Amino acid sequence: MIDTIKLDRRAFLVGTAAAGAGFSLGFGASPAAAQGAVPEVNAWVVIRPDDGVVIRIARSEMGQGTLTGLAQLVAEELECDWSKVSTEFPTPGQNVARNRVWRNFSTGGSRGIRESHDYVRQGGAAARDMLIRAAAAEWNVPAGECAAANSTITHRPSGRTTTYGKVAAAASRLQPPGEIALKPVADWKIAGKPLNRLDTADKLTGKLVYGADIKMPGMLTAAIKACPVVGGKLGSFDAASVRSMPGVKHVLAVDGNAVAVVADTYWQAHLALEKLPIVWDKGPNASVSSASIDTMLDEGLGAAQAFVGNRQGDATAAIAGAARRIEATYSFPYQNHAPMEPMNATALYTGQRCEVWCPTQNGEAALAATAEAAGLPVQSCDVHKTMLGGGFGRRGRSDYVRQAVLVAKQIPGVPVKLLWSREEDMTQCAFHPITKCKLTGALDAAGNLTGLHMRISGQSILASLLPQNLQNGMDPVVFQGLNPGGAEGQFGYDIPNLLIDHAMRNPHILAGFWRGVNANQNALYVECFMDELARAANQDPLEFRRKMLRPKHRVVLEAAAEKANYGRAPAGRHHGLAQVMAFGSYVAACAEVSVDARGALKVHKIVAATDCGVAVNPAQIHRQVAGSFVYGLSAMLYGECTVKDGAIEQTNFDAYNVMRIDEMPEVETVLVASGGFWGGVGEPTIAVAAPAVLNAIFAATGKRVRDLPLVKHDLRRV
Amino acid sequence: MIALNVNGRETRIDVDPQTPLLWVLRDHVGLTGTKYGCGIAQCGACTVHIDGQPVRSCGLPVGDVGSAKIVTIEGLAPAGILTKVQKAWLDLDVPQCGYCQSGMLMAASALLAATPNPTDADIDAAMTNICRCGTYQQVRAAIHAAAKA
Repeated sequence: MIDTIKLDRRAFLVGTAAAGAGFSLGFGASPAAAQGAVPEVNAWVVIRPDDGVVIRIARSEMGQGTLTGLAQLVAEELECDWSKVSTEFPTPGQNVARNRVWRNFSTGGSRGIRESHDYVRQGGAAARDMLIRAAAAEWNVPAGECAAANSTITHRPSGRTTTYGKVAAAASRLQPPGEIALKPVADWKIAGKPLNRLDTADKLTGKLVYGADIKMPGMLTAAIKACPVVGGKLGSFDAASVRSMPGVKHVLAVDGNAVAVVADTYWQAHLALEKLPIVWDKGPNASVSSASIDTMLDEGLGAAQAFVGNRQGDATAAIAGAARRIEATYSFPYQNHAPMEPMNATALYTGQRCEVWCPTQNGEAALAATAEAAGLPVQSCDVHKTMLGGGFGRRGRSDYVRQAVLVAKQIPGVPVKLLWSREEDMTQCAFHPITKCKLTGALDAAGNLTGLHMRISGQSILASLLPQNLQNGMDPVVFQGLNPGGAEGQFGYDIPNLLIDHAMRNPHILAGFWRGVNANQNALYVECFMDELARAANQDPLEFRRKMLRPKHRVVLEAAAEKANYGRAPAGRHHGLAQVMAFGSYVAACAEVSVDARGALKVHKIVAATDCGVAVNPAQIHRQVAGSFVYGLSAMLYGECTVKDGAIEQTNFDAYNVMRIDEMPEVETVLVASGGFWGGVGEPTIAVAAPAVLNAIFAATGKRVRDLPLVKHDLRRV
Repeated sequence: MIALNVNGRETRIDVDPQTPLLWVLRDHVGLTGTKYGCGIAQCGACTVHIDGQPVRSCGLPVGDVGSAKIVTIEGLAPAGILTKVQKAWLDLDVPQCGYCQSGMLMAASALLAATPNPTDADIDAAMTNICRCGTYQQVRAAIHAAAKA
């Protein structure tokens, strides 16, 4: 099965050694601890004889810290020694084989912890119970007389002790208990604490193996180009013209819409692909442009038919009878996730089995894509998850996994690593959806907001990626943060007459889940327009909002404003506010900016308040909040993907700029954590980044920015 | 054959001299700690030291390196004892996904070697690497902490 390659053997061994035991080659590979003589206590916990604790993590780790947070929750109930904890990822194939004992692997929507805290803690508690019972049985005493702490079990009457490592094998043979009462949050010693991450050390030495770093004996590397226009097809390509180039092994059609060059090394594959003459059949969308999409969305702003997401009272009548009517139209462009690690997957297909090694946010979806592309039963396939070099929603899709399998299927027995170029990554994406929004507000004579109509026109993510989830044609996800109620993302303001509706307009460019998703533009539309209304009513933007805000929304906004000394900015600086509820959490921000005479913006400081209910790791929450401003402000400052001749124009970071350290404001986090619910943390804050800063820019300059990115605008004071 | 000095070791490699150093390190020498991010010297994920200077290896043909000493992330602490910079990164829990952090650490190490007590303005000028997770606040704090260590 191994092709001859020109790589030097020592170099290869260095690479595979770094891959570690988790990437043991061949089929049926399973987590290291489960393979050896050490039996698991249960699906979540393996205790080694040396007292090492291995906690199984079903969700993906892409930098958001979920791996550490989930391990804290299991460890809390397990009562183990935190210093002995390590983690491993079970494979999606094992989950299938074990009747989904680890349940959902999908890691998106800031759901990693809030959706699984209950059953992972049960996993830790059940393991603790079995370990205690095993010790009690060994001592022939009632289990009720024994207690566990810090990986040690004590028989209270006699003072005898043993360790988890000594009784783990016996514990693994016991019947698991039923439901166990979980510890109250107030009693937590490991969860809830600002602990350092478990996965940092190998990120400092180059040792951590990302998907792009995978090496296997006899592995070849593939570079790929898909039709630049979505929906187009591969016409023809002249394989003979590049087949004799150094290292080139195969030139292959993939899925009818892409070509891959397979070579000994990535650079050889890349060079040959660059030289390869390819004729594309670009299909019916080859004339679509940003201008034509804009026209399509403009039509939707005034269209008669629209899906209603939130209706209270009679907004149309309130607006018709208003003392003053305020109107504005905003827009939000396509944006690429641009994770630092480009898409990649390594596949090995033999005819009987297919295995994939890849960074994915959704291991089970990657497994399903593998089986479908391989044409094999799911039971004959598996996916080995690596750490992700960024995800941001992009790696919830399995398009790159499918491609890797389709390439490998044409070279049976040879492992192939497919690595996208940054150019491929920038153009072959399901982008942040494009929308516009027309807002009309009704003010009475006293300046109260008596009615609001918010008409969104534009793209649906579900229509692009999950059309089966549309509800009678409507995409409920469009209304993130705008819902009349519910635990996920309710609209924050009580307005007597309210209408929020969506005219769905779907260009051919794919729309996808992009960190923060639809809350990003919805919060921008609502919060910037609230600022406009407050100014029109000649009221302070905080006071204007406070009168209408629902309690938890008001608390976080007030917390951010108070900590930021809202209204008392240093000379030359100005404040702007924004709030939203999204992904089950309430967030708010107060930005402090200045704009100089030349129109140069400086974001000095942002105070952000978060009420995520229960806080599992305050230190990591702070990092997610600070990082959210980098993601949200990069999008606000520079993020726009435009369309020409049906294709995305921006192909790399030179045309799709992002924030660097010199633009990073000081971010201060106020953690409210009011308890009683579990909200997400990785995404909601992104949505308040842009509106808080844009409102501060208005305060500084009198300029109201209604379309992004900011780099297109002249901010010199009017 | 091209002779390279990588992390203090002489290595001879049969490769086209036009191949970017990044891909020689990753695919021929087998050191994958140096990352591919953009290929156009924008993002800095591929930063290595060439005679102590931070260089984006994706744009440097291997044939142009000559006898210069290359240090990669794997060579920053060859004996396994973390440098002051790596230690600060560990203590302050800087990385999130970590993919850009090899480049960040190489850039920060070069900055501190040249400017032992950098100001915020020095950091802004030297640290032009892209981090999409948004670790910049922690990166700045860790550089200051390493300077004081």
